[in-house]
Parts: sequence; structure tokens; C-alpha cells
Amino acid sequence: MANLIVIAEQRDGELRETSLESIAALKAIKQADDQLAVAIVAADPQAHAGALSVDGVDEVIAIKATDDFQPDLIEAVIVELAKERKPSVIAVAHGVDAWSFAPAAAVKLDCGLATDVLGLKIEDGELVATRAGYAEKVLVDVDFPGKETVLLTIRTNVFEPAEGSGSPKVTEMDPPEADVATTHEGWKPPADAGGIDIGGAEFILSIGRGVGDESNVEQYLELAESMGATLGCSRPIADNGWLPKARQVGQSGQLAANCKLYIAMGVSGSVQHQWGMKHVDTIVAVNTDPEASIFSIARYGIVGDMFEIAEELENHF
Amino acid sequence: MKILVTVKQVAALDDEFEMRDDGRDVDEDFFEEDLNEFDHYSVEEALLIKEAAGDDAEVVIVTVGDEDTDDALRTALAKGADRGIRVWDDSLADADGVAIARVLAKVVEREQPDMVFTGAQSSDFGSAVTGMALAGLMGWPHAAVVCALEYSPGDNTATLRRELEGGLEEIMTIRCPAVLSIQLGINEPRYASLRGIKQAKQKPVDELTLDDLGLSADSIAPASRVRRMYAPEKGQAELITGSAAEQASRLAEIIKELRGM
Ligand SMILES: Cc1cc2nc3c(=O)[nH]c(=O)nc-3n(C[C@H](O)[C@H](O)[C@H](O)COP(=O)(O)OP(=O)(O)OC[C@H]3O[C@@H](n4cnc5c(N)ncnc54)[C@H](O)[C@@H]3O)c2cc1C
Ligand SMILES: Cc1cc2nc3c(=O)[nH]c(=O)nc-3n(C[C@H](O)[C@H](O)[C@H](O)COP(=O)(O)OP(=O)(O)OC[C@H]3O[C@@H](n4cnc5c(N)ncnc54)[C@H](O)[C@@H]3O)c2cc1C
Repeated sequence: MANLIVIAEQRDGELRETSLESIAALKAIKQADDQLAVAIVAADPQAHAGALSVDGVDEVIAIKATDDFQPDLIEAVIVELAKERKPSVIAVAHGVDAWSFAPAAAVKLDCGLATDVLGLKIEDGELVATRAGYAEKVLVDVDFPGKETVLLTIRTNVFEPAEGSGSPKVTEMDPPEADVATTHEGWKPPADAGGIDIGGAEFILSIGRGVGDESNVEQYLELAESMGATLGCSRPIADNGWLPKARQVGQSGQLAANCKLYIAMGVSGSVQHQWGMKHVDTIVAVNTDPEASIFSIARYGIVGDMFEIAEELENHF
Repeated sequence: MKILVTVKQVAALDDEFEMRDDGRDVDEDFFEEDLNEFDHYSVEEALLIKEAAGDDAEVVIVTVGDEDTDDALRTALAKGADRGIRVWDDSLADADGVAIARVLAKVVEREQPDMVFTGAQSSDFGSAVTGMALAGLMGWPHAAVVCALEYSPGDNTATLRRELEGGLEEIMTIRCPAVLSIQLGINEPRYASLRGIKQAKQKPVDELTLDDLGLSADSIAPASRVRRMYAPEKGQAELITGSAAEQASRLAEIIKELRGM
């Protein structure tokens, strides 16, 4: 029997949906006699127990502390849980919060670590995690020789959130002592979108760093308009101030929630960009690099120059 | 007062590439190497703090890598950093972010900086591990994906914003010294001037071995090992071929059909 632990997360008192994806990831490798426990740190952890009581979960560990994000506290929780329960695997979503605490917890435990894991398997009895490398152009299988515990951060939007109702026991755990070095001071909401609606758009033409220069952006605004598309962009375009942030598609920008047709020009297809558009039914990728990872999620691909294609496309609208 | 910035030389792959014979990495003949994009921002942030302080603040750049990675170090020095440290040993060839952090921790102990900046992630492996593992080893305060920072040399606390999902940001204060991983867009990184590039060649770079840092090959154990590396299965993409005019007219057809135009 092995213990598997998921660290569920909340933000400002609201459960992170991605917690259910991490549960699904461990459910997939769970053996019949393994125990899957889900730990949640919150001001009112019991309030989340219901939502975490999904099929496959044997125990919810409720740790009553604060809703503020304190990496030092979560690390102390992980260390304590690992010492008490000797889990073979601890998993948490590869969200921004985990970026702060997962590597620090792993070195404190001297355990195995793989981040942004998009696949898990057991090979000859050994846990093997799959992640991507070289800007998503290759996959890497890693293992953890000699490690009794392995901490994994799970790429989001890969595993279908766990569902179905289970009836786990709920255990209370006192928060461990932690030397907390951070203080939550408040939130800064995203800037006003100024009428740009990436979330509502059905047809998006999106430009990435391939556009090269600010002076080239205007023609894509015009092309988008003539085709009846909303212009979107990748992060560097917004960071450069070439287009407003409200047009940025991806993890730290907008989710193209209602999009049916997404044309990506000069976008490489980073995991953070894909976060906002991978689900779209029809993705068309235009890129000069035939190995660009955007092609791996596209329905149609054009290996070519975005300027030549755009110029020709104008003649049709 | 001193800010230590860790930088990584990353590899982008050529349009076509082949795996190494042992199947555990890409053949380095197909690498195009450069300073990690994120590190341009962390170096800039350190330089801005130094310039605002105006006194004897020092910006030190450290990289763990072989001779080739001198380029990344010199790129950072050319922007205005004061000196560099490069640590290498052949036993680091299979290092992951945790192993690199173990080396960096010794450098931090030696240098005693007031702040450490790293990139939020590398643009090749993107594991987002090295900086926060370093903080864990040191027992220092830490925050990842920092997109705004108010800090003056000597301050006991810094105020920062962490960039979260969906454009939301959290404002937090943090005790210093701290390890912060710096996000894209926090500032506008400068380009090195010609003069800077010339000067960088003269700037001191300490070349250290594990021995110099009191580390043995066993004390830099990684947290994972690469079993194999491979190209992902090709997606389902239907390639539209022909001249640009032909490709565009096929694309126009697809658009019109799907949009009912
Ligand atoms: C926490 C975090 C959050 C992030 N959030 C986001 C986000 O919300 N959205 C986002 O997009 N990124 C986000 N990023 C950044 C992300 O990691 C990438 O850096 C970014 O997506 C790269 O944008 P790009 O594809 O335009 O640029 P690149 O990766 O540089 O790709 C440019 C592409 O253009 C192609 N190209 C060049 N010239 C031409 C031409 N003439 N014609 C056709 N193709 C050409 C190239 O082959 C290349 O594939 C985030 C990163 C972090 C760490
Ligand atoms: C599958 C795999 C294959 C690898 N192959 C190679 C290889 O062929 N050649 C090779 O040299 N390395 C290789 N490594 C090591 C790897 O490239 C990194 O040096 C190490 O894993 C750091 O992780 P990261 O790149 O994901 O950086 P992240 O943890 O994402 O962190 C990025 C930040 O950490 C800091 N940082 C990261 N690495 C260094 C460093 N070396 N020196 C100083 N600061 C650093 C920088 O501030 C950087 O901005 C490999 C690692 C893996 C997992």
C-alpha cells in the first residue's frame, strides 16, 4: 500500500478547480490498495471538503489556518505530511502559487521533483513523469532513482477534473509551525478591457512575436476587421505595449472561451499561450518553423511567412 | 549592498534537429544558444535598483555552466552588471534545477547578497524550479513570478506583486533578504551599448569549481533523472501546401465556410 497526497488549493477562499485535475492525475496511477488523501489549507477548510469528496479520494485533510497565500506555511504542511505519512507521491497543480512553494518544499524534503508534468506512468514498478522541453518541441520522461517520495506539479488543462461523489473521511490537522515571511496586502484586478472581448469572440486572429515590429501590427488589425475577426495576441506583443493587454490570449491573459476558429500567426505555441486556446475546435497555425509546437494542436497548418499569407488573404475579404 | 542575479544560457532548437545517440537529449549541434529571455528582466530589475540607489550597490551575475555559457554571462555584464561568477564541473552534465540550486546556494553563502533574483522560468525547459529551490535550501523568504517590485537597498522588507492566472495580481510584502523569480514584462530590458559590450570583456569573472565551493559530486544530487527524450507524436494538422496565394485562398475558403460567409 502506498499513500498518495494531493495538495488542493484555494484562492481568497475559493477552491481552485485545478485541484480536481491533480486528483485525477493521481487517480490514474492509484493501485487498488493505495490511499489517496487530499489536503486543503484554508480559513474554513471544512467548507471545501464537499467539493473535494470526489470519486477515488479516501480522505480529506482539513488544515484550518488562513485563506492568505503563504508559501512558508504550505511548505511546512507538505513537510509535515510527508514525515507523518511517507507518501510515495505528492501532487499539486502547476499554477503560479505552486511555483513559489513546490521546489522549496522538495529541497526541504530532499525528495524527487518534476514540474509541469503532463503524463504519468509506471514502468517496471517505477514512477515515470513526462514533461516537455525545448519550447514544447520534445517530450522528456524522467524518473526518480532512490527517492521514497516524489513531488509533482501537474500541468493544468491536461487531466479531466475528477468527478463523481466519494465518501472520504475528513481528518483535521493542526497547521504546523511556520516562519511566515510574506504578508498579503491586497489584489490588483486585471486592467479594464476597453470593450475588447476575447472571451466572447467566436473568431480570433492572433499574432505573436513573428510580427516582428510594432509598425507591422496595424495591418493585422485591419485584416482582422475585414474578416470579421477579433484580433488577439501572444504575451510579448502585449508586454511590448504594441497591443493592449486585453488582447492577450493565455494563462496570464484571456481564455478564448467561446472561440470556434482561431488563426495563430507567428505564435510558437508555448504552454501558457495554449492554456487560452488549445480547446478551440478549429485552430489554424501559420508559422515559418515546421517544428513549432503550435502545429501539434492545430487542425490546419501553413508552414510559411505570416506577412505573405496575410497579404494574400486580404484579397479575399 | 549587493544583488545577485542568476542567469542561464538556454538552447533553442533549429528547425530540424536530431537526438543524441544515448536518446536522452537533443544533439547539441542543433542548439542555438542565448541568454534566457526571463533573465533579461531580472538583470534589468537589479540594474534599476542599483541606479536608483546611486551608491556603491553591486550587481553580481552567476551562472552554472561550461565555457560556452560565458556568452550569457558577458551579455548580462555588457548591460552594466559589475562582475560575474561561473561555476562548472563535468559532473554537472546531468544536473536539474535542484542540483543547480545546490551549487547556487554555496555561491549565495559566499557572496552574502541582500537580494537574489532569478528568472521565473527558463525558455527551454521551463521547470520554474531553480530559484525557489535555492530559497528552500537557504531558508530565505521567496516569491515566484514577481511582476512589480518596490525595494531599495538596505530595506528590511520589499513590496511586490505576484502575477497570477487571468491577469490578477497579488500585492504582498516580503522580508529581505529574499529570493525573487522575475516575470516577463516587469520592466523594459535595455540593450547593451557597444561600449558596454567592450567593457564587459574586461569585467572580472570568477571561475569556480565545485571544489572551490566545498561541494563534492555527491552533494549536488538532482531530484530527477532523464530516462529518455523524444519528439512528440505529430498532431493531426492537415498541412496546406502550395504558393502563398494558394495557401491563402484555401485558408479563405475555410474561414468563409466556418463563418457562413
Ligand atoms: C507565468 C507565465 C505566464 C504567461 N502567460 C502568457 C500568456 O497569457 N500568453 C502568452 O502568449 N504567453 C504567456 N507567457 C509567455 C510564454 O511563455 C511565451 O514566452 C510566449 O507565449 C511566446 O510568445 P510567441 O509565441 O509570440 O513568441 P515566440 O515563442 O518567440 O514565437 C514566435 C514564433 O513566430 C514564428 N515566426 C517568426 N517569424 C515569422 C514569420 N515571418 N511568419 C510566421 N511565423 C514567424 C517563429 O517561428 C516562432 O515560432 C507566460 C509566461 C509565464 C512564465
Ligand atoms: C531533460 C533535461 C535535459 C537537460 N539537458 C541539459 C543539457 O543538455 N545541457 C545543460 O547544460 N543542461 C541541461 N539540463 C539542465 C537544465 O537545462 C537546467 O540548467 C536546470 O534544469 C535548471 O532548470 P530550468 O532550465 O528548467 O530553469 P528554471 O528552473 O525554469 O529556472 C530558470 C531560472 O533559474 C536560474 N537558472 C537556471 N539554470 C541556471 C544555471 N545553470 N545557472 C544559473 N542560474 C540558473 C536562472 O535565473 C533562470 O532564469 C537539462 C535538464 C533537464 C530536465
